[in-house]
Amino acid sequence: MAEYKKPDSLILPLASYCPGCTHGIIHRLVAEAIDELGIADHTIGIAPVGCAVFAYNYFNVDMLQAAHGRAPAVATGAKRANPGNIVFTYQGDGDLASIGAAEIVHAAARGENITVIFVNNAIYGMTGGQMAPTSLIGQKTTTSPLGRSVERNGNPIRVSEMLSSLTGPAYIERVSVHDVKHIIAAGKAIKKAFRNQVEGKGFSLVEVLSTCSTNWGMTPMEALKWLEENMIPYYPLGVYKEV
Amino acid sequence: MRQMMKGNEAIAEAAVQAGCRYFFGYPITPQNEIPEYMSARLPEVGGAFLQAESEVSAINMVFGAASTGARVMTSSSSPGISLKQEGISYIVGAELPCVIVNMVRGGPGLGSIQPAQSDYYQATRGGGHGDYRMIVYAPASIQEAVELTQKAFDSADRYRNPVMILGDGCIGQMMEPVSMPEYKKPDDLGEKTWAATGYHPGCGRERNIINSLYIEPDRCEQHNLDLQAKYDAMKEREVMAKEEMAEDADIIVVAYGTTARIALTAVRKAREQGIKAGLIRPITVWPFPEKEIAAAAQRCKAFLTVEMSLGQMVDDVRLAVNGCRPVEFFGRTGGMIPGVSEIYDRILKIKEGL
Ligand SMILES: Cc1ncc(C[n+]2csc(CCOP(=O)(O)OP(=O)(O)O)c2C)c(N)n1
Repeated sequence: MAEYKKPDSLILPLASYCPGCTHGIIHRLVAEAIDELGIADHTIGIAPVGCAVFAYNYFNVDMLQAAHGRAPAVATGAKRANPGNIVFTYQGDGDLASIGAAEIVHAAARGENITVIFVNNAIYGMTGGQMAPTSLIGQKTTTSPLGRSVERNGNPIRVSEMLSSLTGPAYIERVSVHDVKHIIAAGKAIKKAFRNQVEGKGFSLVEVLSTCSTNWGMTPMEALKWLEENMIPYYPLGVYKEV
Repeated sequence: MRQMMKGNEAIAEAAVQAGCRYFFGYPITPQNEIPEYMSARLPEVGGAFLQAESEVSAINMVFGAASTGARVMTSSSSPGISLKQEGISYIVGAELPCVIVNMVRGGPGLGSIQPAQSDYYQATRGGGHGDYRMIVYAPASIQEAVELTQKAFDSADRYRNPVMILGDGCIGQMMEPVSMPEYKKPDDLGEKTWAATGYHPGCGRERNIINSLYIEPDRCEQHNLDLQAKYDAMKEREVMAKEEMAEDADIIVVAYGTTARIALTAVRKAREQGIKAGLIRPITVWPFPEKEIAAAAQRCKAFLTVEMSLGQMVDDVRLAVNGCRPVEFFGRTGGMIPGVSEIYDRILKIKEGL
């Protein structure tokens, strides 16, 4: 078996994440993509507000930290001012699909030549497990103690499907990191989302289904199983847009 | 060469002359000529204009562009400036330079689209969350607006802090002859080595992180103290005010922007009637010319503050006067402009009471 080598674009340890958190896997995939494409020296990363807020400590590139939900707007400003840079955002579901819904829709509609890594863990991790726009029907959170209900809360948002209805985006794919096979596929999708930007193809977003064992109240293994059995049926994996 | 220009367009061109290459904004009256002008002009000089989906997005696009070291501007009017406040707070926290224009209109809420000065508190107190300040220039003519816009970009870079141009509908909409000054970048403004432009080990600098998060409270306090040192320097060096007939005046009117022009006419009328009136016009409303007003309080008998609001700057005048002279107030609001005779009548009344 090949020995695991730390990507140059990743700074360890990822000290702010809980043990078993899949943010760590996704960070590694992003860093590997940056390394493999050889773009680190002109890449600008944008950290969200959420558990990944400290991403600026972990990606070994110049980094910006954006206001909650505004990363696509910050990325737009950075990319327009310096189109030669590779600009990516790394956002959670509260950040991207709730407070930042307008920013992501319009960045996608404009076809901004940026890369978006969207980590959907169906909950607000950082603030302690409140309901997210992507929490599933029946899912218990600290603000849906009886379980999310359609009557009270409406249905969860399928971001990839929604954004793929726009003409702007070049590439939208939903992937998962619940097992090795899917992690490899997720890595390919993330690399493609960066390569698209290098090639000037335009807006690329990879939605990564992710776990939050701490706030789901499960062990990391149980959480991976819960993702597979509950999230994937509602959030089917696959390519939603490719031009 | 002097040419007739509308205030908003003159400000936009002055920004371009000062090296502003990026503009992000959202339409709102009475400042639409700024984004309209920029949409045509910036592509001509190799820059970019983008109509954002909201003022919230616009100010965050400014954050992104400023992070790369570019000169960047946004403009709006009162409701839109309210929306920008979180972004402005982040820009301050991350120590980014940019210029923000507010062509103030009547409020609260949707208010009116006519000129007002009722955003004074918001502009001078740090309108968003956190302990912060920024230089706020309040031009009273289009020529002055042009000069202050160029200065704003330099001040923003010098302090790595946003700078606001606080205008009103009159400044934005009226036409006056202007000569566009030839812009010269001050020598003390060096390379923006802090900007996020791309990093690799051995590139000669550390990784640049543009950030306003200091999770440990002691570090966050230190960050605030560092910011405070910049505000202290601004207070020391950046105060601007103009005095007219204030030297021997018994009654000093304090007014800024458009209101100061009207007040000056009232002061002249009072002088014609033998009343020793004068005017102090703050050009920076933050930092406020408190020393100038405190010094005037030693010479004059009373103050009259006139604003297009129901009394906001008057608080700063009272703080500067510190109880040693009476400070009267007159204001119109909601988009109504005080008239010369209304102000003159107030001066007369104060004179009678002396
Ligand atoms: C304007 C604003 N509102 C609310 C918050 C508080 N807040 C911080 S993180 C967060 C939710 C983040 O959830 P998500 O984007 O799903 O990311 P995760 O933590 O799960 O990775 C919220 C609401 C904030 N920082 N700013």
